[in-house]
Amino acid sequence: MAVADADLSAAPARPRVDWTPYLLVVPVVLFLAVFFLYPMAQAIWLAVDDPAGGLTPAHLRRMAADLYFRPALRFTLVITALAVPLQVALGLAIALLVHARFRGHGAFLYLTALPLGISDLAAGLIWLSIFTERGYLNALLQTLGVIAHPVVFLTLERPGWLLAAIVAAEVWRATAIVMVILLAGLQLIPRDYAETAAVFGAGPWQTLRHVILPLLRPSLQTALIIRTILAFQLFATVVALAGRQVPVLAGEAYFWYALYRSPQVASAYAVLILLLSGAVTWVYLRGLAPRAGEGRA
Amino acid sequence: MTLRRVAVYAAVLAIAAWVALPLLLITLAAFTPREVLYQWPRPLWPSRFSLDTLAFFLRSTGVWPATLRSVQVAVLTIALSLALAAPAGYALARYAFRGREALQLLILSVKMFPATVLSVPLAVAFIRWGLYDTVVGVAAVHTALSVPFVTAIVTSVFAGVSYELEEAALTLGSSRAQAVLRVTLPMAAPGLAAAAIFTFVLSWNEVFAATILTLDRRTLPALIVDSVLGAGAPLPFRFAGGFFMVVPALIIIFLIRRYLLTLWGVTVR
Repeated sequence: MAVADADLSAAPARPRVDWTPYLLVVPVVLFLAVFFLYPMAQAIWLAVDDPAGGLTPAHLRRMAADLYFRPALRFTLVITALAVPLQVALGLAIALLVHARFRGHGAFLYLTALPLGISDLAAGLIWLSIFTERGYLNALLQTLGVIAHPVVFLTLERPGWLLAAIVAAEVWRATAIVMVILLAGLQLIPRDYAETAAVFGAGPWQTLRHVILPLLRPSLQTALIIRTILAFQLFATVVALAGRQVPVLAGEAYFWYALYRSPQVASAYAVLILLLSGAVTWVYLRGLAPRAGEGRA
Repeated sequence: MTLRRVAVYAAVLAIAAWVALPLLLITLAAFTPREVLYQWPRPLWPSRFSLDTLAFFLRSTGVWPATLRSVQVAVLTIALSLALAAPAGYALARYAFRGREALQLLILSVKMFPATVLSVPLAVAFIRWGLYDTVVGVAAVHTALSVPFVTAIVTSVFAGVSYELEEAALTLGSSRAQAVLRVTLPMAAPGLAAAAIFTFVLSWNEVFAATILTLDRRTLPALIVDSVLGAGAPLPFRFAGGFFMVVPALIIIFLIRRYLLTLWGVTVR
């Protein structure tokens, strides 16, 4: 990076290898080896380990044969497919608004960044106060004269409402992360690019489509990867709003570990999440990689 | 006012309402008398406010010890993360060395594969290592989860402190370590404080790892999840709990608003 390069040029010919940086990074590398690399390997091993010795597909089969497995996989993917595009669209809109520097943009940035500090659990509980039987939504509908009796939204009888509540809570909470990543990316784009486009007669939409978005691609990629992978880890929001009525992959990992006392099947779920995350990262990196001769008419 | 500006302000107001309204509503719920929460028809704006919903939450079994434990875990996480990330961040900001990119990739991958994948195997290992159901155990996992963010911010903070000042101290006869301690660290202090505060939020909010890695000694989020799933905690408990967890976040995001972009604005390549 820029600073390190500057340092190199300041000391052009170093006779021996300087061991200082290695000593400085040893602690963090050792720590991550124990608390990140080791458990990752351990998760894979637990998922296929046969107590009698050797490897076995039994735990993976048990996971796949479980009644909750298919719904958990389906709900996780559906929620991701609904929430992530909404988060990216809304996050982009907020980032562009803040970047446009209207009066009061500082306060707007702070307000829209607030959910960054709010946990998935708290977000779930906040939206529970809206969607529960005696919640604000029912109170509003009753005040407007639409309903006479409270509607039970968060029940399997109304899967659409259950999903809507979860997606609303997730979009509300996690759009802030997307917004901050995209805003940081926007600020790296020199302002003259957009001005030049305007000089050549491009309207705001054309500038956004042909100048800003292509230059924003790395940030969009990061935001998509982080949000999709974190959506696969969805747990507390769902627990707060739906309990186990809406099973998700991370929730099943929890239940298999804490309720059924099977670290092996829980690990099988963890490995499945790991594989999905890896696959999604690969697809985003390939699919959104800048193409050669990128000018894009 | 042009049409364009009207559109901008309309969008700003709509989005601001979308973010702010749920926060207002949970605050309202936390100060609504308990019996009103179950009342029908339920008024949109409660006719009176009371502290008994919050008092009920705070008096519930285990809430205070869990809160205290959450703070202990967070403080320990801050100490561990800074101790690990500050030297690494300094190295990344000041040195070009072989393996630098690999290190950055390792740190970035932690950001992308967090709690779920790590917790289950660590729970198994922690039982063996005697770390299961301990503050230290949870703090260790929270440290692994927050190291990417702390390293990113520390790197950019050190990069922002001009190297010339450090060199000046060196020519005046101090050692490199002295120069860092006396010159660079004091100038980096506000940025490091922001990193510490952000680490507090991460740890204070983390649910999954804390739930898996503890049994009796729950952190606050783990206790709430447990009482919702296991005991079907009553609504006032849930709303007051949600509000109680949000308050520190509001203060903290305000304190570190200048650094928000540095924390997250790191691209994958």
